[in-house]
Amino acid sequence: MDPNESIAHRIKGFLIETGQLTYFAGRFFKEVFRPPYEVREFLRQCYQMGNRSLMLVLVTGFIIGLVLTLQSRPTLIEFGAESWMPNMVGISIVREIGPVITALICAGRIASGIGAELGSMRVSEQIDAMEVSGTNPFKYLVVTRILATTLMLPLLVIFGDIIALYGSALVEYLKGGMSFQLYFNKVFSALSFGDFIPATLKSFFFGFVIGLVGCYKGYYCKKGTAGVGKAANTAVVTSSLLVFFVDFMAVFISDIFYEL
Amino acid sequence: MEPKTIYTGKTGQISARKEVIRIRNLKKGFGDNQVLRGFNLTLYEGENLVVMGKSGSGKSVMIKCLVGLVAPDEGLVEVLGRDISTLGQKELDLLRSDIGFLFQGSALYDSMTVRENLEFPMRRHREKLGVVKDSLPRVLEALESVGLASAIDLMPVELSGGMKRRVALARALILKPKLILYDEPTSGLDPITSKEIIELMRSIQKKYGTSSLIITHDVDCARVISERILLLVDGVNYAEGTYRELAGSRDPKVQAFFKK
Repeated sequence: MDPNESIAHRIKGFLIETGQLTYFAGRFFKEVFRPPYEVREFLRQCYQMGNRSLMLVLVTGFIIGLVLTLQSRPTLIEFGAESWMPNMVGISIVREIGPVITALICAGRIASGIGAELGSMRVSEQIDAMEVSGTNPFKYLVVTRILATTLMLPLLVIFGDIIALYGSALVEYLKGGMSFQLYFNKVFSALSFGDFIPATLKSFFFGFVIGLVGCYKGYYCKKGTAGVGKAANTAVVTSSLLVFFVDFMAVFISDIFYEL
Repeated sequence: MEPKTIYTGKTGQISARKEVIRIRNLKKGFGDNQVLRGFNLTLYEGENLVVMGKSGSGKSVMIKCLVGLVAPDEGLVEVLGRDISTLGQKELDLLRSDIGFLFQGSALYDSMTVRENLEFPMRRHREKLGVVKDSLPRVLEALESVGLASAIDLMPVELSGGMKRRVALARALILKPKLILYDEPTSGLDPITSKEIIELMRSIQKKYGTSSLIITHDVDCARVISERILLLVDGVNYAEGTYRELAGSRDPKVQAFFKK
């Protein structure tokens, strides 16, 4: 095959995929405000995604807090700045590490789960059966899942941030003898609303893209078990990449506001 | 290709009845692959019509056109006197409540119990059902008609292939439809279970007086249940007649279906 043709083919495929994903997002916004509202399914999804991801987020957050503090400590001691540890860890976790790590965990766990679940429902004609029974499958399966990820991710980020700070505080207590109260006083004195608001806002967007990509890949899954596997796999890859892209955009935009 | 009608005598008698399905010159393609090339079909009230054809001959596409899951490229599709292409979503959903659909792989919702699977189609058709507060009697009635009342609280994963097919049949019956569409009702089942399903289909037809369109490869199923058989070859009608007439045909393409 001509290499130029192959590149052109890939670019065309990328543009088509982007267009379809945008159309899918547009359909979500069209359907989300229209009754009937699938409240029970939405709450079930919130439970599935929030509760079942919580432990993973907590364990990862705690370890991130521990590791970040252990790794940074020697350098800060070298510069005689170890008292700045809570400020540095607090800002980096709340503004960047907490939301991004939580989003990546959820991209791995939730996006792949949604991709595989909807994919297998598509392949086994369960989505067709739903449509024939008079239920709008887009509303029942897609809208509820995207809403649930959008609302659950910021909550998971908050829990992840808190436990990561506890991990960091534990290291400071054991290694430097700093009390938990002093540690958290320093953290909160270093943080302002300007740190919390962009981080929380971007967490909503992270949740939205994770749900959107997972649902899109599963809903339009190709026939066969290979199609289900591919849907789950590409859901993780695409949603992780989009998390970084959204993160970049969020930092870029919030930076403009800081300068103002 | 013009349909090669081998026998029309019985159709003459049946045609005095009301038409339940009318398909004229149905064409449907996917890219370069033209699946249906001008297919015609009429199903009369209370009739059991079997459509036979090789894999990929367009049988499943045709049956999906009947419930609006696939949009035809060209042609007329009328079900219960309504032209599918002119219906809005609400009207289509209302029409679908008069149609039971048994999917090839049963298509039971994996995340729901048998009871929830049967209740699912009722949630959007409360008006038709006269606002059923307690759906349990109706669910039990449908399950009893397929001999599986004891499986009400089981999950689909706990059911055998034959049991899944029975539950799917009960789900298709839950709204008391006027017409039932069967997509390969015996595929993937052992001969004994296949016979049980065929007997069940017959008893349901007698009990509820429904019209049935059955798509199958299974010659035994066609022999037992059909009043009329229609052969679909390369996307068009090839032959039509009773089982005895088609089984006795000397046409090699017809013979290919019926010789054991």
